[in-house]
Amino acid sequence: MRVNFTVNGVEQTADDVWEGESLLYVLRERVGLPGSKNACEQGECGSCTVYLDGTPVCACLVAAGQAEGREVRTVEGLADGERLDPIQEAFVECGAVQCGFCTPGLLVQAHDLIERVPEPSDPEIREALAGNLCRCTGYEKILDAVRLAAARKAEAGR
Amino acid sequence: MELGAPLDRVEGWDKVAGRARYSGEQRVAGVCHAVAVQAEIAHGEVLAVDATAARAVPGVIDVLAYGDAPALADTSDFELAVLQSPRVAYRGQIVAAVVAETLEIARHAQRLVRVTYDELGHDVELTPDHPGLYRPEKISPDDPPDTGEGEETPAEVSVDVTYETPAFHNNPMEPHATLAVWEGDHLTLYDSTQGAAAQRDALAALLGMPAERVRVVAHHVGGGFGSKGVPPRPNSVLAALCARRVGRPVKLAVTRQQMFSITGYRTPTFQRMRIGASKDGRIADIEHHVIEQTSTAREFAEQSGVVTRMMYAARARRTTHRLARLDVPVNSWMRAPGECPGMYALESAMDELAEACGIDPVELRIRNEPERDPDSGNPFSSRRLVECLRLGAERFGWSSRPEPGTRREGRHLVGMGVAAATYPAAARPAQALARVADDGSFTVSIAAADIGTGARTALTQIAADALGVPVARVRVEIGDSALPYGPLAGGSMGNASWGWAVLRACEGLRDGIARYGGAEPGLECRADTSGEIKNQEAYARHSFGAQFAEVRVDVDSGEIRVPRMLGVFAAGRVMNARLARSQFVGGMVMGLGMALTEESRMDREFGDYLNHDLAQYHVPVNADVLGIDAIWLDDPDPHANPLGGKGIGEIGIVGAAAAIGNAVHNATGHRFRRLPISPPSVIPHLP
Repeated sequence: MRVNFTVNGVEQTADDVWEGESLLYVLRERVGLPGSKNACEQGECGSCTVYLDGTPVCACLVAAGQAEGREVRTVEGLADGERLDPIQEAFVECGAVQCGFCTPGLLVQAHDLIERVPEPSDPEIREALAGNLCRCTGYEKILDAVRLAAARKAEAGR
Repeated sequence: MELGAPLDRVEGWDKVAGRARYSGEQRVAGVCHAVAVQAEIAHGEVLAVDATAARAVPGVIDVLAYGDAPALADTSDFELAVLQSPRVAYRGQIVAAVVAETLEIARHAQRLVRVTYDELGHDVELTPDHPGLYRPEKISPDDPPDTGEGEETPAEVSVDVTYETPAFHNNPMEPHATLAVWEGDHLTLYDSTQGAAAQRDALAALLGMPAERVRVVAHHVGGGFGSKGVPPRPNSVLAALCARRVGRPVKLAVTRQQMFSITGYRTPTFQRMRIGASKDGRIADIEHHVIEQTSTAREFAEQSGVVTRMMYAARARRTTHRLARLDVPVNSWMRAPGECPGMYALESAMDELAEACGIDPVELRIRNEPERDPDSGNPFSSRRLVECLRLGAERFGWSSRPEPGTRREGRHLVGMGVAAATYPAAARPAQALARVADDGSFTVSIAAADIGTGARTALTQIAADALGVPVARVRVEIGDSALPYGPLAGGSMGNASWGWAVLRACEGLRDGIARYGGAEPGLECRADTSGEIKNQEAYARHSFGAQFAEVRVDVDSGEIRVPRMLGVFAAGRVMNARLARSQFVGGMVMGLGMALTEESRMDREFGDYLNHDLAQYHVPVNADVLGIDAIWLDDPDPHANPLGGKGIGEIGIVGAAAAIGNAVHNATGHRFRRLPISPPSVIPHLP
């Protein structure tokens, strides 16, 4: 089948998509955007988190056909051109990135949290990110990064 | 100048932008996909592989199995002799592979491959009295299985207990992936590996090729924790075979579920600890008897008893390792193999001894400090365990630790625990090349690996420091076997080994520039540290640390939370404070998982690890971690290596589970001797 959808503001058409293919597979193997990671393929780790019409989803759990006519935003689309989003900057500055494999999904999830809850409490951050597994960092620096990005966004909004 | 500074991770921007390419993500024209077919029995032989239905699926390119797969030159390691024999040594072993135009087609066809077996009975369960227990010739990496010295004497106080740890799986976030590309008789493998050069050498030997015709590239690796070490995993070999067979580039990505059988794990253990001491807590005799499993496919004897050989002073000491050879997947390295499970047993037993003697656990450890390494007799290059313990006790508020089972706050029992930690600080020979680039900046090359540790960044800082230039003018190239030889990332030896060679190459280049009178493009210097390492003085080189934990045990649900954890480490010079902190804390959190949530359960009937995904194998999540902190002493160790660093990738996990277990005892008054300490095991012992 053919799937038409928008990825990071660009209209995309994928042909010969098998009905069982996941959105993650289409993004990584057909659209050429491997930023979203494949680490469990069953919605347990959050590494493939992308926005689908503004809602974070595990792209591995979304059938490609379900993206027909919809808007997808991946980690590659968080930056504004060359300017990284504050959450991306904060992850580097705080040392929240190690091997980097969980990072793309965490960035999308954290980006969504800050959009919804401008100044999240620590329990809110931990709960919001509890579905994004990280095996390297021990999460502390990820928390620092979300706090920093939220503070910067709040500052910029004032 | 730059060493120790909290420089941002140099590849951090690529990683947050989604631009960093991992091994399965290289774009290569004409790529096709391979999927492994795994054995459905744990012991026996493949009788036949019927691929008729699979081959009939449009898009399927080929099916490989024993009998028609390309031959390997070296089949001495059964685990890597992929498709070279009908023998099945464990459930999940690769017995065939499907190559197809897309991953989805390959997966569909994989399910249509019919394999029939001659099934023999299997034995997959480790028990402390397994009839097949034997003494291995040596334990990893190259040590005697048994040691003994001194005469046993009657002790005033004694502890004789056995601890049990389950199997644990490394579970790096990136599943192992390989892209194999043959060009004529040259093979390039984009592979998730902890050591590009060692991986190249291993693959070349297996394939019967000179090493110059194999290249392994691993620019970014999504974690490893030992599971991407060398010898390789069978998936890398299979990818090379498939690509050879179909004459096209082949991508092979292991699934999370497959990782539980083909990419290694930590052995379960039974560890008997016997300590005899005087009433004032001085150890007279100490014994550590380890029982572990190994696969029939390849022997791996985890060195869990080595910590007891060097940690504390004693008049008599005995350690033994016994293995049961089982029909199980191949166990191997997982973060701090040996030290991690061994220190859980030793430090739990020390807590029991402290209680039996009525001595504070921090004080007990201080009283048993050895003057020299009891194992080798050599002096320690530095040993600042006592400072770690004292500083940690002060920072953590250790003096407010309650009597066991006495502090209750609402629904929670509250307690504190401590454990000591140690990990060897070794270095391996490496080579590096430093040169002046055309634009006058500097390029430093070494086949090092950054599996998330921060090695690329630390090496950049080491180079900049040695050259006396800002880090912005230094580019470090790693992750490619075509670069000067670097050993793999393992045993916390990476930065010491690579950094040493980078230091020498950059020092040499700096001298060369001075002699030449300027940084002329093309000036270069190569360094090789094998001579220096061979001639190192005889010291016992180890990192040390102290782990403190506070736990709250819910009296109704048995749930254990860890509101506070503190690690204090003396691990040599820290090259980058920001990245180091994450390494320590990450190790501690993995230890928290070991203590409370992680466990690989063997299915006795089918002979497989049952909970083989992240829904059932519980690595700690963000909400499991509350307040966790790591600090370290300023501890450059000139006897360790010229950089003074000791390696920090593993010490963070060592002792963490014991500290938590000891805190659970302090909270509940009950001693749990089996990990993980989970609600079902806790509930029967609550008030």
